[in-house]
Amino acid sequence: MVKKHNEIIKAESKDLSFFYADKTQALKKVSLPVYENKITALIGPSGCGKSTFLRCFNRMHDLYAGNRYDGKIILQPDNTDILLENVDPIEVRMRISMVFQKPNPFPKSIYENVAYGLRVRGESNKRTLDEKVEEALKGASLWSEVKDRLQDLAFNLSGGQQQRLCIARALATEPEIMLFDEPTSALDPIATMNIEELMSELKQKLSILIVTHNMQQAARISDYTAYMYLGELVEFDGTNQIFTNPSKKETEDYITGKFG
Amino acid sequence: MAIQNKAAANKNLDSIRKTIANHKRHDFIFASLGTLVIASLTITLLILFLDLVIDGYPRFNLDFFSNFPSRRAARAGILSAWIGSSLVLLVTFFVAVPLGITSGVYLEEYAKKNWFSDLIEINVSNLAGVPSIIYGLLALGLFVYSFGLGQSILTAGLTLALLMLPIVIVSTREAIRAIPVHIREAAYAVGATKWQVCHNHVIPYSYGGILTGVIIGMARAIGETAPVITIGALTFIAFLPPSPIGLEPPFINFEWLESGFTVLPIQMFNWISRPQLAFHINAAATGAVIIMLTLLMNGLAIKLRYNIRKKIKW
Amino acid sequence: MNPENDLIISQRLAKNFQRNFRERLIEFGLLCSGLIAIFITLAIVYVLVSEAIPFFQYVSIIDFLTDTVWTPNYSIKHYGILPLISGTLTTTGIALIVAVPLGTITAIYLSEFASHKVREIIKPILELLVGVPTVVFGYFALMLVTPMLQKIYPDLTTFNMLGPGIVMGIMIVPYIASVAEDSMRAVPMSMREGAYAMGATRFQTAIRVITPAAISGIVAAYILAISRAVGETMIVAIAAGQQPNFTFNPVESAATITSYIVSVALGDLEHGGIGYQSIFAAGLTLLIMTLLINILGHAVRKKYAERY
Repeated sequence: MVKKHNEIIKAESKDLSFFYADKTQALKKVSLPVYENKITALIGPSGCGKSTFLRCFNRMHDLYAGNRYDGKIILQPDNTDILLENVDPIEVRMRISMVFQKPNPFPKSIYENVAYGLRVRGESNKRTLDEKVEEALKGASLWSEVKDRLQDLAFNLSGGQQQRLCIARALATEPEIMLFDEPTSALDPIATMNIEELMSELKQKLSILIVTHNMQQAARISDYTAYMYLGELVEFDGTNQIFTNPSKKETEDYITGKFG
Repeated sequence: MAIQNKAAANKNLDSIRKTIANHKRHDFIFASLGTLVIASLTITLLILFLDLVIDGYPRFNLDFFSNFPSRRAARAGILSAWIGSSLVLLVTFFVAVPLGITSGVYLEEYAKKNWFSDLIEINVSNLAGVPSIIYGLLALGLFVYSFGLGQSILTAGLTLALLMLPIVIVSTREAIRAIPVHIREAAYAVGATKWQVCHNHVIPYSYGGILTGVIIGMARAIGETAPVITIGALTFIAFLPPSPIGLEPPFINFEWLESGFTVLPIQMFNWISRPQLAFHINAAATGAVIIMLTLLMNGLAIKLRYNIRKKIKW
Repeated sequence: MNPENDLIISQRLAKNFQRNFRERLIEFGLLCSGLIAIFITLAIVYVLVSEAIPFFQYVSIIDFLTDTVWTPNYSIKHYGILPLISGTLTTTGIALIVAVPLGTITAIYLSEFASHKVREIIKPILELLVGVPTVVFGYFALMLVTPMLQKIYPDLTTFNMLGPGIVMGIMIVPYIASVAEDSMRAVPMSMREGAYAMGATRFQTAIRVITPAAISGIVAAYILAISRAVGETMIVAIAAGQQPNFTFNPVESAATITSYIVSVALGDLEHGGIGYQSIFAAGLTLLIMTLLINILGHAVRKKYAERY
């Protein structure tokens, strides 16, 4: 059972199960809250379903035929189950944005990468776009590095810069939740540190759910940590609690490196 | 005893060495054979080209491009043929390219994988294998008589468009397949709709691959003869279709679509079929023009594809 | 918390009707052009069959398939397709005799002997050869190859099946080479390594290991080549003489199914007349032939796809 914490719930999965098209069950009745202005980390061995879980929150699985959700993800303050048939996945993605494992900028200019989310919302006013692009790039602490070459191709940036550009792209539309899918696994230690600092700043404005392979990273940046194994949520608690005094034996084994 | 043994071993070794040398000779012979075959193919291509250029050399002057066909070989030119070819290709381009791209996008991005998409798939690959003259018969029965379009530029353009369509569809699909999933997901993740993903990302990023297919298809359309003959294109055309661009408003007119026409390969075929040798010179000169155009276009396509393969770094 | 609240969808998350309608509309448009391939296939079958039906009401199918004379445009009319088929088969046969060894050698050489660099140069040349228009090949057959053959064999007439057959063979070499090479390169590296480890030479590996392993792909390449040769028009129309002639003798002139269609189309066609209908009957025969060949090719390739 999930312990009650004294936090505001931003979103919450309730008995969430997920099946891929080939009928394999990747999630088994996972119930997990995402608290407002907090970073929640998902840890666990590969194949445990943490990325699958993350991708339910912006209905990324809808892109592939045959995938099936079971259970609910309630988004607040709407108090709406975003997995319902009649909920528009596009509206969901506009409010819950995502940063991927590998930096994946579009082969377009830096400016267009950041502006894209606004453009698909129909924003075409040059002034507004300029302002929001600048704001997002500042938010991703990339502005000072690229402000003189906004029309450069995004591929010309370094890996760490590309990932911050992807964060800026996700930020530009002012999302309420940001999903991070192992955002630093393809980056060097310095770029990783930059991104981690950035996430700590970002949580002032929004809620963060992050999947990470790296336990030290979870310990460094997250407020809450969930340990998943074989599609099930084993334990969820404050990060301190999980790393110093886990209540489950499996969690302890994983944390201490006895397993995984 | 020991000496005898050693001699036997040496003998054995010698025979093995001989076998190896034999086998190596086979390798060498085959490699030479392969080189020879490829060299002779290349030389054939070269001879083909040079033969046309040398035979047609007396006709390489401006008059040849600005004269109508004539009964006198030396004064005959390919004006109506190259203008006809250009106008027919214009129609082909504007029909085959949009249809082929949208068809490819549908098959790659929208169609669910089931028996129906399999059916379309089989159809596309079969169409690519249908002899071009069958398309001519289709056009004759359908465009010329059922639709009443006559033996016009429009009919020829549509016919060649049908021929080119499978090439554009296949190259579009291949180009789209080369775009990594994570680029699509990035676009979906910021709230793009399916069409926005296709329109803003998938199509622009596969532009190079599609262009390669379009150029190859157009090069093929330039040289296609049989289907255009089959629709009954006249072979002696000493007039030009009405100009597509007018001096008075509305400046653009479409009368030329209904006009009779000839195209370069038909003009060439017509001249080859004459018994007089003088006309064969004209045929060679026309052939040289056609082959230069097609070699240039195919070369461009090959270069383009090479550049794309080198440049991509998703 | 009231569980029923969960079912109410907030306005901010509900489906955007306008956007969804637009998306559906676009999808429908794309579907229409996705269906174009099916439309074309249906149209081909419809046109050929609907024009061939009146022909077969006039000419019995048995006559069509057994009569050895084809003269629909003469005063004494005969409608036996056999002369056209004999022409088609003879030119195709000559083409295969040229193209199969050349294409196979090229494929083996490119796949097993040539370095990456050599391959990068040769493949574009083969592609250029594919791009040469057939009308140019026809000129080549009539003006260059036949005169050369006449030097060796002076009795050869200007129009014959040998010259165009050979040129057609050169034309289809690249098709065989590229499809066969693809199937050879699909043979797993481990099989090559196994052969080399036992001391086999390149040639032995290519002939005894790679070729048998890739045989169905190679056969599929031959079948593709047959289909190209059967449907080829301009080379034979220019250099083989357009005379329907029931013979398999390569030095004689003859017409193929395709060159017959061209020769009729060149004359004055009376729409709806028997001559007009006869080209659709011939076209239908050609379509059925290529279809059967293609089906055979698919079957062989399917078998080959299951191998690894």
